[in-house]
Amino acid sequence: MATVTRPLAAEDVWATRKPRSLWGDAWRQFRRHRMAMAGLVVFVFLALASVFGPSVYTADPREIDYLSFQQGPSVAHPFGTDNLGRDMLARSLVGGRISIAVGVAAMLVAITVGALVGALSGFFSKADGPLMRLTDLFLAVPPLPVLMLVIFLFRDPLRAAMGPVAGIFVLTVVVIGLLTWMPVARLVRAAFLSLKQRDFVVAARSVGVRDTGLIFRHILPNAMSPILVAGTLAVGAAIITESALSFLGLGFPPDEPTWGRLLFEAQLYLDFAPHMAIFPGLLIFLAVISINYVGDGLRDALDPRKTG
Amino acid sequence: MGKYILRRLLISVPTLLVISVVLFTILALAPGDPMAQFALNPEVPPEVRERVKASLGLDQPLHIRYLKWLGGIVQGDFGFSFATRGPVTDLILQRLPNTLAVLGVAYVIAVLLAIPIGIVSAVRRYSLFDYSATTFAFIGISVPTFFTGLVLIIVFSVKLKWFPFLYDSRLVVSDLQSLGQQIRQSIMPIAVLTFFNAAQLTRYVRAEMLENLPQDYVRTARAKGLPEVPVIARHVLRNSLIPVVTLIALGVPTIFTGAIITEQIFAIPGLGHLLVKSIFETDTPVVLAITFMFAILVVTFNLLADVIYAALDPRIKYG
Repeated sequence: MATVTRPLAAEDVWATRKPRSLWGDAWRQFRRHRMAMAGLVVFVFLALASVFGPSVYTADPREIDYLSFQQGPSVAHPFGTDNLGRDMLARSLVGGRISIAVGVAAMLVAITVGALVGALSGFFSKADGPLMRLTDLFLAVPPLPVLMLVIFLFRDPLRAAMGPVAGIFVLTVVVIGLLTWMPVARLVRAAFLSLKQRDFVVAARSVGVRDTGLIFRHILPNAMSPILVAGTLAVGAAIITESALSFLGLGFPPDEPTWGRLLFEAQLYLDFAPHMAIFPGLLIFLAVISINYVGDGLRDALDPRKTG
Repeated sequence: MGKYILRRLLISVPTLLVISVVLFTILALAPGDPMAQFALNPEVPPEVRERVKASLGLDQPLHIRYLKWLGGIVQGDFGFSFATRGPVTDLILQRLPNTLAVLGVAYVIAVLLAIPIGIVSAVRRYSLFDYSATTFAFIGISVPTFFTGLVLIIVFSVKLKWFPFLYDSRLVVSDLQSLGQQIRQSIMPIAVLTFFNAAQLTRYVRAEMLENLPQDYVRTARAKGLPEVPVIARHVLRNSLIPVVTLIALGVPTIFTGAIITEQIFAIPGLGHLLVKSIFETDTPVVLAITFMFAILVVTFNLLADVIYAALDPRIKYG
């Protein structure tokens, strides 16, 4: 929506304007959604802060200082200290790494599985029945109890096999992903069902493009918008799920702070050190609400009915 | 219609069977021995351990154990808890009222709040009310319940000292005073769950209303001179509520699993609390029973949602 200061001749416009693309249009639409832009900025800031923050703010998240335990926010410790006198800002920054990484990785697992199942069942009508039964089956699984169960039962062998952090990380990510791919599969299936009848797919098929080419080169790129929206919202959901697991004491090992783990520890000191709960909780909330607003904005931006 | 319900019922049986097999296998194959507590105790000789194992039926092969377990469930018998040695059914029935007292109330309040807020928000779109309602709803779906719970505790228990920290389940409501106590200790957990559920439902109600408001039949109703209130209440609302009712039904099982966290925060000895405790104690029969009950709830309410949808919307034909 650039303001035009002098009247442009038609050929002027054609010469100076870059061709509009679908994603360019979507981005222009997205930028107009104020909350979505704010969400994007906040989420990127949180992600950058947890990746680079610990090298800028160099307090040691593991350094125990009994003399200054459970202190409220101060200049020396902007987020205060925990029950062992460890710096809460440093712990929150490090904690963000795992929380955000789990959210993004679990989302990737969920959309990969979901897109694959959805594509197969939308493209091959023979596979549709069984795969949709499978999707219904997974939808009937209560996610949180099963997650808790699987993680509790299998964390020790995986910890032994891959190390304390990597083992739990892989387990949490894979299980969250495997229990949340179903909405993506349904969306992708619906997109495939309508797209595979279109002329461009029929044309591609008639010139001899194989099934894999049809699926990955021709149809899937056109089904990206629902995947993108569902994926964005899945990041927030996965961050909440991981925090919930850590909050129940089923997450990462105690010396590895995550936002949920910090809340779990803060529970016992609510009366003397409420800041221990407030800061990590606010960070979870900020991360989730910002990514949800991004998803909201993306949904509006990618909705062809709203383009204008 | 009857045929449709019957067919859906017949589909849900194999679904539940597969889930039960998967749950049973996960628990049976999992490393982690329910006899570990005996193995660590040197005073329990190996032959006693074997006898305990046999008395719990753990010496039999997996498929036999599964069939016995399934046979018990069909008769409403979930076996015996490893931890308390009592029947699992008793444990569950003991905990269920606490869960229902908090969850049921919270869900009902959430529905009662969400429908009017969603309607007004959609009818007065872009008004101040709409902006605040949608913002609140967005916050509600983004803030994890464990954080809302902790904030409420910090504000109302620690700072203001209005409500008790923990939920006392031994409280018997016998007079006005104990009733007041019961209400005071339930307010915070109910508020946490109400906020979350109401936020979600408000968004649905608003979206459905907005979907219907610009439709031709609404214009027709206005064109024939119907006042605005009946247009909204009799035409738009009735059509918008069809998907909302099914969503309310679909939400019932999720409030049960959502309660796991709320019960943990406020130490309410309900089903979720029992589940967490049993997972940490490797009390397999109890864990199996509760997770499978959740699965039954999900399948039942999915079925119910579909039937309600079919009953309310005459356009949908099920063959």
